[in-house]
Amino acid sequence: MAHSEHIRQGIKDLSPILPGVIPFGLIVGVAATEAGMDVAHAVGISTIVFAGASQVAAIALIGQNAPVVVIVLTALIINARFLMYSASLSAHFAGLSIPRRMFAAYLMTDQAYAFSITRYQGTEMTAPEKMTYYLATGLTMWVPWQISTIVGAALGTGVPDEWQLDFAIPLVFLALLVPSIRDRADAMAAATAGFLVVVAAGLPYNLALPIAAVAGIAAGVTFERREPA
Amino acid sequence: MIAAIGAGTFAIRFSLIALSGRSDRFPAAAQRALRFIPPAIFAALAAPAFLMPDDVIDVSPDNLRLLAGIVASLIAWKTRSVLWTIVSGMASLWILDAIL
Repeated sequence: MAHSEHIRQGIKDLSPILPGVIPFGLIVGVAATEAGMDVAHAVGISTIVFAGASQVAAIALIGQNAPVVVIVLTALIINARFLMYSASLSAHFAGLSIPRRMFAAYLMTDQAYAFSITRYQGTEMTAPEKMTYYLATGLTMWVPWQISTIVGAALGTGVPDEWQLDFAIPLVFLALLVPSIRDRADAMAAATAGFLVVVAAGLPYNLALPIAAVAGIAAGVTFERREPA
Repeated sequence: MIAAIGAGTFAIRFSLIALSGRSDRFPAAAQRALRFIPPAIFAALAAPAFLMPDDVIDVSPDNLRLLAGIVASLIAWKTRSVLWTIVSGMASLWILDAIL
C-alpha cells in the first residue's frame, strides 16, 4: 500500500469521531475564557499541551487560582496514561528517526493511539507505514481541535455570565468520570476521591485535590486486591 | 506554566516511544495504579462543583447544580457522550433555575 493510502485510511478511520471531539474543543475554548484566560492563552494551551481532559482541569484550577505546582501535577497525572501508549507504540515504530517519533509523541491522543494500535493488529505494515497512518490520525485530531478551541474562545468572550457556562467545566469532568467507572474498584476509587476532596476542601493550596486523587487511587488498588476479579 | 504542562506531557508521551521497541511491557504494579487515575482524578475534580457549589457542602434539593448533575450523570451513563452530558446538565440547570 502506498503511503498516500495510509494517509487516506487514517483520516477516514478517525473522521467519524470528530463530531464528538469538536464540541469538546469548543467547550475548552469557552471554559478558558470563563476562567479569565484570553484567546491567545486558550489557543496556547491547546497547541502546547494538546490533551483535552488535562486542559480542562488546568483551566478549572487556573480559574480557582490554584498554585502552579498543583496545576502542573494534576495535568501530568491526568496525562500519565500516555506512558502506556508510549510504551505500546515504541514497538511499532522501531528504527524510525527521532524527529519523526517526537512528532508522533506530540500528536499522541487516546483516539490516535486507539485507532492506530487496532489498525496494526495482524497487518504486515512496515514501521514507516504504521507511522504514516498514525500521523494521519493524529493530525485529523489536531486540526479540528485547534480550530474549535479558537472558535470556542472567541465565542466565550461574548457570553453573558447569567448563562452560568462555568457549569460546563464540571459537567465535562462528569462526562469523563461516568464512563471511566467500569467496576466496583473504579467506583471505590471515585467515591473515595469525591468524598475526600469535599471533606478536605478547607486545606490551603488546593491540597485537597492531589490528596483525594492519590487516596482514590490507593482505595481502588486496595479494593481490587481484595476482590479477585 | 502552560509550557511546564506541555513539556511534562511531551516528556511522558515521548519517554517510551523514544526507546525503540526494547520492551513494550509495562510494569504490572504501575499499570494497576494507572487504571484508577481517571475515576479518582475526575471524581476529585468534579465533586466540589456539585456537592459544594457555594463552598459549603449542600446535599439538599436546594442545590440546583447537584440536581442538574444527577440528570447529567444519568445521561452520561446512558450515552457516554461528552456533548449530551453537557447539554443535559446545562439544560437542567437552566430549567431548574427558571422554575424554582
